[in-house]
Amino acid sequence: MPISSSPIPVLPDSNGSVLSVKDLLFDYPDGHVALRGVSFTLKANDKVALVGPNGAGKSTLMLHLNGILQGKGLIEISGVRLTRNNLPAIRSMVGLVFQNPDDQLFSPTVFEDVAFGPLHMGLPEAEVRARVDAALEAVNMSAYRERLSHHLSVGEKKRIAIATVLSMKPQILILDEPSAGLDPRARRLLINLLRDLPISMLVSTHDMALVKELFTRTIVMDDGKIVADGITAKIMNDEKFLHEHGLEKP
Amino acid sequence: MHSDAFDRYHHGHSLIHHIDPRVKVILTLALIVSNVMLPDGAWPAFTLMWLVLLILNRVSGLGFWFTFARSFIALPFALAAITVLFSPQGNSVLSIKILMWNLMISDYGLIHFASIVVRSWLSVQIAILLVATTQFPDIVHAFKHLHVPAILTTIIAFLYRYLFVLVDEVLRLLRAREARSAAASGSRSAGGVLWHAKVAGNMAGQLFLRSYERSDRIYNAMLARGYQGQMHTLNPHHYHLSDWLTLGASSILIIILQWIGRL
Amino acid sequence: MLFSPAPPMHIPDGFLSLYVSAICWLVTILVLSLAISKTNQSLGERQVPLMGVMAAFIFAAQMINFPVLGGTSGHLLGGALAAITLGPWAGMIVMTAVIAVQALLFQDGGLTVMGANILNMGLIPVIVGYGFYRAVLNRNRIAKLAVTGVAAWLSVMAGALFTALQIWLSGHAQLDVIVPAMLFVHIFIGIGEAMITVAALSFIMRTRPDLLGEESESAKAGGGWVLIGLAIALVVILLSPFASSDPDGLERVAINLGFINTSNAAVYNILPDYSIPLLGQTSSSTIAAGVIGVMVVVGLAYAAGRFLQKKKV
Repeated sequence: MPISSSPIPVLPDSNGSVLSVKDLLFDYPDGHVALRGVSFTLKANDKVALVGPNGAGKSTLMLHLNGILQGKGLIEISGVRLTRNNLPAIRSMVGLVFQNPDDQLFSPTVFEDVAFGPLHMGLPEAEVRARVDAALEAVNMSAYRERLSHHLSVGEKKRIAIATVLSMKPQILILDEPSAGLDPRARRLLINLLRDLPISMLVSTHDMALVKELFTRTIVMDDGKIVADGITAKIMNDEKFLHEHGLEKP
Repeated sequence: MHSDAFDRYHHGHSLIHHIDPRVKVILTLALIVSNVMLPDGAWPAFTLMWLVLLILNRVSGLGFWFTFARSFIALPFALAAITVLFSPQGNSVLSIKILMWNLMISDYGLIHFASIVVRSWLSVQIAILLVATTQFPDIVHAFKHLHVPAILTTIIAFLYRYLFVLVDEVLRLLRAREARSAAASGSRSAGGVLWHAKVAGNMAGQLFLRSYERSDRIYNAMLARGYQGQMHTLNPHHYHLSDWLTLGASSILIIILQWIGRL
Repeated sequence: MLFSPAPPMHIPDGFLSLYVSAICWLVTILVLSLAISKTNQSLGERQVPLMGVMAAFIFAAQMINFPVLGGTSGHLLGGALAAITLGPWAGMIVMTAVIAVQALLFQDGGLTVMGANILNMGLIPVIVGYGFYRAVLNRNRIAKLAVTGVAAWLSVMAGALFTALQIWLSGHAQLDVIVPAMLFVHIFIGIGEAMITVAALSFIMRTRPDLLGEESESAKAGGGWVLIGLAIALVVILLSPFASSDPDGLERVAINLGFINTSNAAVYNILPDYSIPLLGQTSSSTIAAGVIGVMVVVGLAYAAGRFLQKKKV
């Protein structure tokens, strides 16, 4: 069963990897060590859950994936190594969606927010508009184009938040707690959306039912390390292991 | 109360709604300036301005009395000008004796005071009409295109977006305070002004820190989508013939108002 | 719950003459241009969302009220707090955004007079608030909080005085009434402002002292702010009693400067039997002016003492 020293090699490294992380180390200025050597790989169209207790380092890891935080180690997006010099390119390849949609949606209108990414990639106006329409279409929110962000429900905000990164046509989506704070119906809509989106994604969540339903592969983090990386069904059945890492069987 | 109560925009498809926001902003300013320039006692001009406003209310589908009903916000400030009522210039029209004071209201003072209040009251209505028929983000865009510095329009856009989020936070804080102080109302009220001020100050401090931390997360979200220190936006507006016609018609209106006001 | 965002200083359109409005706009635009160019030079890209959210914070924090005296309630205006936490230039821009949104979205304050409102509530409180705080930047916590209280109170009084002067220069009120009346009302508003600003700053110092530390924008601005802040405070102290007790003197100045013409000024000459029951022209306003004077002098003396003490060390 999953042990930190020998993660189950379900999906071995290959050249077709869309995201590859090797030996990532990071400590905060106050001395707190957040990541103690994290390694994993995602292939194209992989949808992977990232679970673990609060403080395990999930959010810190996510902030590394498009260079907002920069620790020691190697991160490659579709074979391109993340460095200080190629941040703009990397950021358009990695769509990072934050937990609180009120932080993600910082523009007054939906249109401006979804257009923010493409505009800051330097795309021409016609292309920006086309991408906004396509991204809103992808999350079934086309009718909301001209709405004011503060008029949206939490579920609507979450979907628009995903559209704000889809408009950048990323290689991979990184989502932080997408189902938090949603009522059952909004949660169901979101799960369907995540299932249907044809894109690789790494989803950090405490929603174990969501993990079980949506993801065949799960990465478990605790105390800055990956303690398991394998088939969701197996991990979910090991109640003792889940309990050790502050998790619960769904 | 939910902070949506702050929204001043009333959705509609009237002629007024469709005028370019830049034109509306300029016209609003021009009409208010014209209004402020009208001399004391220019009642025909004031009346004409008001009639025009009522018609604009109707045309924009807000209902005849919309701006009128919301226009009393500026009136408390009239207290500041109430002293001109008792101006010694002009003839006394009314004399009131209160205790040892002998108050004399002069005709000059009366006209002067009424004119100040009417100017202010009409100006408020003009401004209300603007925000009731124009989405606030469009007004901010308009200012940006009218060369208000980008840092100001950007910050105003942020303010507008987070106004609602933070006001909801304040309302939660206030509700929590009420819930707690209700239990101990008898004893705590003895805590007095200082205690109340400290509680309010702690709330403000807490809100400050939450806002500060939120701005960090927003900054991360901006970075993640390619922000490099410059904010880019699209110009969603184009002048149409109707905008030019509106500008022309309004200029004529202002000239007529000023002429009538000085007859 | 009723939302009343209107502190009594928001001048509506029509209450200032175009001449006075224009002059206020001119001053405001000059100072703001300086603030904008300074912030553009010195601020990191992180500063834009920070200032945006802080503007929303000031707006929202103005809703936090608390009972002061007999049914009146105090609340934050925020000029001093913005200046201390964000530094003076960023503080000015943030306050300007707040006042602009209050006028544009809520008609709380007029558009033609927005220059005056920004000056009275955005620029002057920031200058006074920061100037005093800057004087005790390296002193201990108690000194900082005490001086912040005085600064917050004075920042409100300064704004009120400027508002009164603008209304008078517009010919819309009598000097010897409007100055004491505005100052009298704002004594209490200023006390509310001082108490809540001190409490909020104390909370921030306890919880996140790093935000006000050496590396913060709050600590970086130059010592010149002390002088400007003190200068404006001095104007308040010297002008208030003078305007209340000897309106003729100021009037002559205004005539000489071309603000009011002589025939207009005659309106405001000594008034027979003239008085207002509530605002009071005689005893209460004189007392008010006296109280203000004493409090201001005590505050200034304390601030100056702190400043000099620091210089010696």
